Amino acid sequence: MPDSDASPPLNRTAMAARLARDIPEGWTVNLGIGIPTLVADHVPARREVIFHSENGVLGMGPAPAEGAADPWLINAGKAPITLRPGAAIVHHADSFAIIRGGHLDLCVLGGYEVAENGDIANWATSDTDAAPAVGGAMDLAAGAKRLWVVMEHTTKDGRPRLVHRCGYPLTAVGAVHRVYTSLAVLDVAPHGFVVREMLSGLTMEALQARTGAQLHPPN
Amino acid sequence: MIDKFVPTMEQALAGIADGAVIAVGGFGSVGQPNALIDGLLAQGARDLTIIANNAGAAFGGLPSLMQAGRVRKVVCSFPRSAVNSVFVDLYREGRIELELVPQGTLAERLRAAGAGIPAFYTPTAVGTKLAEGKETREIDGRAYVLEHALHADAALVEAWQADRWGNLTFRRTGRNFNPVMATAAKLTVVQTQHVAELGTLDPDAIVTPGIFVDRVLHVPYGDPIP
Repeated sequence: MPDSDASPPLNRTAMAARLARDIPEGWTVNLGIGIPTLVADHVPARREVIFHSENGVLGMGPAPAEGAADPWLINAGKAPITLRPGAAIVHHADSFAIIRGGHLDLCVLGGYEVAENGDIANWATSDTDAAPAVGGAMDLAAGAKRLWVVMEHTTKDGRPRLVHRCGYPLTAVGAVHRVYTSLAVLDVAPHGFVVREMLSGLTMEALQARTGAQLHPPN
Repeated sequence: MIDKFVPTMEQALAGIADGAVIAVGGFGSVGQPNALIDGLLAQGARDLTIIANNAGAAFGGLPSLMQAGRVRKVVCSFPRSAVNSVFVDLYREGRIELELVPQGTLAERLRAAGAGIPAFYTPTAVGTKLAEGKETREIDGRAYVLEHALHADAALVEAWQADRWGNLTFRRTGRNFNPVMATAAKLTVVQTQHVAELGTLDPDAIVTPGIFVDRVLHVPYGDPIP
């Protein structure tokens, strides 16, 4: 039920592109699986950003051309990658020392829910039937200097993903700094979500109606 | 003369007993010691605990080992695979145990084991299900959870090059957990793609020195299969 005079919600590519605009040259950045992976495609090569992959890569480049994949080079999602000039390979303990030790300027993760206190849930739903899997999400969420989450503003059936407190199992507590959604950009401040940007034509009331926590205007 | 090369798979895996804890290198199928895993299947040890990042690996012998009922428990960060459901099926049927560990905590627990550190505090997983029942402590205003070193009876490692002292190099993202696991086991067994004459590996380029390696088997396995 889009508002009649509001722009359509951003799709996955547009969300990734919006987030990519805010990554300055010189940062070292880890991108999680899903929409975050798309962010790299929207950072122009002339803006030097070093991408880290949890399996021991600093200086990850774009996906290889068709037929040109090096079978020894994959990313966290097990997809083929390239290395940029200047790239380095480290082992897993060092790769997570980079993560846990606060050396990454930014980590971008997808999410199921983000709470107004900065909690994030992105690794498990309440479904306990399938074997749980966490990968590096908890290390990344706890370790990076900044954690930005990119996700749809609501679930497919319209439930808010920005909430007072997470209902799904937590990935980390109080870790999220900013959220990029299909409708808005929000900072997580000590008093809750602060709306930095909205789709043109969207009202604060309409955004609040799709959000499960109190929204605050900037200043 | 020190020569850690062994001529046969039987010699490479000799002594791995029922109930052993075995760390298996690899991330996805890259750097995964597939020949050694297949060898372990043939070798017959049972009731194994497998430490591996991707216990549900899409390719290679780990699913076969689990399917054969030889694995009691896996310690890993990501047991699911998009294309192989062996682990998930066994887990759902209650026929295999899972200790789910965040990936960085898994790496650091192995590193700690190899470095003589019995336990450490980490910020990872604080306030989550994976920290339940574990000791926590506040240090300089931040909460941490106590994690213990993870020792293995044997580590199975894939290297790119090895010399007869057991010095190793790795290729690209095939490095991953391999060097860390090599330090954490009582017995480290390596399958290497290439054999280097002693003295030909640049000392600055050796990632795992031979002190962490017990046996090396030459397996010109070829590229990882995605």
